Amino acid sequence: MNVADWVVLLGTIVGIAAYGSWRTRHVRSLDTYLRGNASTGWGTIGISVMATQASAITFLSIPGQGFESGIGFVQNYFGLPLALIIVCAVFLPMYRRLNVYTAYEFLGQRFDGKTRLLGAGLFLLQRGLAAGVTIYAPAIIISTVLGWPLDLVIVFTGLLVIVYTVTGGSEAVALTHKWQMAVILAGMATAMVVLLLRLPDGLGFTGAAHVAGALGKLQAVDFSLDPSRRYTVWTGVFGGLFLSLAYFGTDQSQVQRYIGGASLREGRLGLMFNAVLKIPMQFVILLLGALLFVFYQFAPHPVFFNQAEWRRHSQDDRFRALEAEHASAVAQSQSAIRGWLEARASHDTAREASARAVMVAASHRTDAIRAEAKAALVAADPRAKTKDSDYVFITFILTHLPHGAVGLLVAVMFAAALSSTASELAALGTTTTIDFWRHFRPLATTDEARNVRVARRFTALWGVFAVAFALFAGFVENLIEAINILGSIFYGVLLGLFLVAFFLRRVGGGAVFFGAVTAQALVIVMYFSLNIGYLWYNLIGCAACIAFSVALQAVMPPRPRADQGRAG
Amino acid sequence: MTPAPRPDERSEAEPPDVPGFRTWCSVYLFVFAFFVLVVVLLTVFTRVFS
Repeated sequence: MNVADWVVLLGTIVGIAAYGSWRTRHVRSLDTYLRGNASTGWGTIGISVMATQASAITFLSIPGQGFESGIGFVQNYFGLPLALIIVCAVFLPMYRRLNVYTAYEFLGQRFDGKTRLLGAGLFLLQRGLAAGVTIYAPAIIISTVLGWPLDLVIVFTGLLVIVYTVTGGSEAVALTHKWQMAVILAGMATAMVVLLLRLPDGLGFTGAAHVAGALGKLQAVDFSLDPSRRYTVWTGVFGGLFLSLAYFGTDQSQVQRYIGGASLREGRLGLMFNAVLKIPMQFVILLLGALLFVFYQFAPHPVFFNQAEWRRHSQDDRFRALEAEHASAVAQSQSAIRGWLEARASHDTAREASARAVMVAASHRTDAIRAEAKAALVAADPRAKTKDSDYVFITFILTHLPHGAVGLLVAVMFAAALSSTASELAALGTTTTIDFWRHFRPLATTDEARNVRVARRFTALWGVFAVAFALFAGFVENLIEAINILGSIFYGVLLGLFLVAFFLRRVGGGAVFFGAVTAQALVIVMYFSLNIGYLWYNLIGCAACIAFSVALQAVMPPRPRADQGRAG
Repeated sequence: MTPAPRPDERSEAEPPDVPGFRTWCSVYLFVFAFFVLVVVLLTVFTRVFS
């Protein structure tokens, strides 16, 4: 990175944070601090929802996913539009009608105080740890490739986000989201244009897409019913619907983005904005990864993209031999691709089929050498990190983009990290203030200024916790997977609580509370005694919570009338 | 503890005020139809390039 890159990076990232803090420095109203400006329109809400979901890992990992496995991952988002329609039609009107600050307040009004605390507690536990990972995960990649101290990247990111989130609360978060998304979209568009311009002469987008398709990278949809297939239309629609409903409907970091605003209409249109744009956006990011794969068929590249990790272990001749073998295989693959393109242009079907077979075999050979390289790393050090797909896009940025654009793309990563972390911190501070502090100090609710001060302190406290967790996160093996497992263990029961609240009117607070606790215990016991994919615990937790709540309600006394059962 | 309901939330049935759409149901149908169209286009994309 040169001076131009630093100017672009610091100018955008620090500039946006400073602007957000300055514009919202006079926020004194609790409503504005927790829900944002009351005149917020659907465009701001829509962008804020999108920015919250798009973390830095989205822009580092998803192009790598397209490079490694193709664009089939786009099917994972197929349930999202359907979930957002349900959130718009059922969840959002209820949240707005009850005028709640948090989703868990709704549980308190629908059931009782203990169920509300259970829901809020599950959220804080899960999202509190995830906030640390949201800072740590991109910091480890950025610090590795740029050679910056990891602790410095974590503290810089953390302090920046704490300053503007604590200052302006939800209003600052929504305001900065607009500019951060502008940086993200401009950066990703720049990367796509540079990539297309750097493709070999005569190849172009269509040619590159045909090469990527022939090498199995462009299978966007798979209607197979084979359960062993990881990404299919069916797993995307059903699994994606379930996960998106839990995330958008019950996770305060998202709920807080759309319950504010000028009216119910603005919130609904903001969510529909995401329902329409999310799949096309993810498709373009994955396509970028697939095109990177084609680009690297014609450009020199390392056998293992995490070069810092590679250099740490590659001391003997075996690694040198793998590097040489890989360079030779890439040259053969390039020649085979050119042969296939010529055969394809000749319209000779037999020749084209034969050239395609040669090209696919050459590509498999390159893949096999990359797999051998990863095996060699593990042989040298069993704790070596062998997943290098997260480093593909950042390697391209640093080695092929012009100066200025490099700074912009690094700013994209920071903007994405800041935008998702800000929503998390605001949600954690809000939930702690509203569902715990105000719950146990009901007399304090009348002092608005004190409420804002307390909300600021809790937001700052969660920020410090997230930074501290990120600083020590390196000591935890497979940290991201550990957090995903933790999320899957608790998310299902949380969604179950809300589904009972919305759709099973006969079930009361006692039944749902003990049903949820039993379901949670069941999920934890299953996790320690069975060996099944952790994503299934989302479904199991939700189904068990609903089933136990209904069963307990059947044997418990009928629930009191709504006006008797409310806890404030 | 929770503030009183907002007066503007009385009218949940109010129209979406989006040109071409009279009800929210029609907006949801449009979004669903758009989703189906995207899946169809992705299927065509897969057929063309794979």
